[in-house]
Amino acid sequence: MTELFVLAEHRQGEIRDVTFELLTKGKELAKKTSTDLTAIVLGHNAGNHAKRLADHAKRVLVIEDPRLENFNSEAYQMVLSQLISQRKPSLTLMGHTAFGVDLAPSLATELNLPLATDCVDLDFEGETLTVIRQVYGGKVNVKARVRKSEGYIVTIRPATFETEEGTPLGGKIVTIESPLSEDIEYKRFIEYVQPPAGEVDITAADSLIGIGRGIKDADNMPMMEELAATLGGVLVCSRPIVDKEWLPADRQVGTSGKTVKPKLYIAVGISGAFQHLTGMKNSDLIIAINKDPKAPIFRVADYGVVEDLFKIVPSLKSKISEAREAHT
Amino acid sequence: MEIIVCIKHVPETAEADITIDESGKRIEVEDLVFDINEWDDYALEEAVQLKEKLGGSVTAMTVGSEEGDSTLRKCLARGADRAIRLTDKAFEGSDGYATAKILHRAIKELPYDLILTGAQAGDDGYAQVGVTLAELLGVPHATMVKKVEFSGDQARVNRELEGGLEAVIEMKLPALITIQTGINEPRYVSIMGIRKAKSKEIKVLGLKELGLKEDEVGKAGSWMTVERMFVPPVEKEVEILEGTSDEVTTKITDILRAKGLI
Ligand SMILES: Cc1cc2nc3c(=O)[nH]c(=O)nc-3n(C[C@H](O)[C@H](O)[C@H](O)COP(=O)(O)OP(=O)(O)OC[C@H]3O[C@@H](n4cnc5c(N)ncnc54)[C@H](O)[C@@H]3O)c2cc1C
Ligand SMILES: Nc1ncnc2c1ncn2[C@@H]1O[C@H](COP(=O)(O)O)[C@@H](O)[C@H]1O
Repeated sequence: MTELFVLAEHRQGEIRDVTFELLTKGKELAKKTSTDLTAIVLGHNAGNHAKRLADHAKRVLVIEDPRLENFNSEAYQMVLSQLISQRKPSLTLMGHTAFGVDLAPSLATELNLPLATDCVDLDFEGETLTVIRQVYGGKVNVKARVRKSEGYIVTIRPATFETEEGTPLGGKIVTIESPLSEDIEYKRFIEYVQPPAGEVDITAADSLIGIGRGIKDADNMPMMEELAATLGGVLVCSRPIVDKEWLPADRQVGTSGKTVKPKLYIAVGISGAFQHLTGMKNSDLIIAINKDPKAPIFRVADYGVVEDLFKIVPSLKSKISEAREAHT
Repeated sequence: MEIIVCIKHVPETAEADITIDESGKRIEVEDLVFDINEWDDYALEEAVQLKEKLGGSVTAMTVGSEEGDSTLRKCLARGADRAIRLTDKAFEGSDGYATAKILHRAIKELPYDLILTGAQAGDDGYAQVGVTLAELLGVPHATMVKKVEFSGDQARVNRELEGGLEAVIEMKLPALITIQTGINEPRYVSIMGIRKAKSKEIKVLGLKELGLKEDEVGKAGSWMTVERMFVPPVEKEVEILEGTSDEVTTKITDILRAKGLI
């Protein structure tokens, strides 16, 4: 019986959500291909992690080593390349996250196993592995065949599969001795740096106006600030706005910023790259204003306006202002 | 410090109308505007700033057709000292893995202390080429970097993780770093720079010069084969509000009022 590996991701003592998403998808694939689902966890004092993972897998392999406590791709690669060469899993899944992106390509290259990154779906069609990926900033999907191999490595976009709790699988926990013998001098993890706390907590606001590169110029910021003020909401943004320093980093919504779930999210001039959508798609009501009818933001919005934002924003501001005055 | 920056010439697609062509495996690119990949723009700027601070030189390198010259010229105008284009009929259809193999062959012949790539390309978005290249070269790597410092033969970098958290990593040079946007402020090209860049040579190398075999690159040397392209499915059925700007904003205001949001 072959195995299907899911690599658990943990940071600062917590298993990351993507792990359970991968285990849910892994379970389905393992069933379809009659393989065993095995969760792999590398860490230090990882016993509690292993117990949690055992609910979601047939088997949990634990590799304990103080050098594996904080992620260092070199140490992880040494351990995983041995494990994969020995046990030959049909597939190894990990998240397309800061963790997986740093690890998967070098691991796959060392093992000479085909790699498919940032997949939003995957399936075995007979012997061949097919994957679905998004390209061109989410405007197009690609279905691709992966070259036939005895094993594959796939990184999966986070928040793609929903975690199913299901009945605990009671997986067997097996501890494997760490193959690491000395410290890795040429690449070392030093420390974490926490983001500074912002002056406003954007996750607590009821109404958010999200602005993106479509606002074009710093001179247009006051117009957007005014819209947010009129609405009684908070101005937040996509990444390019922070990169340009038009707003501070604590206003950024998305994977590398904050995850928000307000009552109202109005996206203005934001295309809807997955890194942004992950941070806001669960908002109660989403209104998107974008001149491109094919912008991916419309795929998660409740209402859409396909128009030049510079025509809409001033008019919207005065309409909201009137409505508020009429109300009071 | 000898720095090599890997640059991809990509179509701007955020604002363009994209259509899938007849083959169903590619998009129509004729009407698209190509430019330097957004992440590579920051990587190039970082390389030039490091050179200005520490001395040495910057080499910009791309795998692709002759059309990439406009992007390489831009790199030269912004402070790169040399430009190399890796072009061959056999390279066409290369995926991230095959592209990394081509870059590897060219780079291993050159002196370098540091290699910079973008964190990802805006078109295929593999986020793979840099780390694969590092493994082929046998040098350590760090991805999605927001800050770089050096002392002696050590690089100290801040990697960006999820939620704004960063991890500080130290690596021994030579090393490869993939650059995240926002690390610096890419400069504009000066007229002087453009003029000077015009006369600079762009070195072109192909399959033979790199000592590669046909089946190592292009479709034959790739891990992935495109079967078809399609428009992604919607997660929610959006209601598009039609009418004049005035009508549309009235509708929005009505919706907000009905939901008790204003
Ligand atoms: C590791 C990693 C982490 C990331 N983390 C984040 C994150 O946390 N948050 C985030 O947002 N991004 C993040 N990104 C970046 C992300 O991939 C996109 O590049 C970014 O979200 C694009 O921002 P945008 O939509 O504002 O810009 P663009 O994609 O350039 O879109 C601009 C939009 O404005 C529209 N527009 C232009 N002019 C007008 C007009 N006059 N009227 C109306 N519409 C107009 C265009 O049609 C287009 O859709 C991350 C990327 C990486 C690689
Ligand atoms: N054809 C190419 N030529 C040169 N560099 C490339 C090429 N493709 C990718 N790269 C580099 O690898 C990075 C990541 O690309 P990708 O792995 O395709 O997302 C890019 O930002 C570039 O620095």
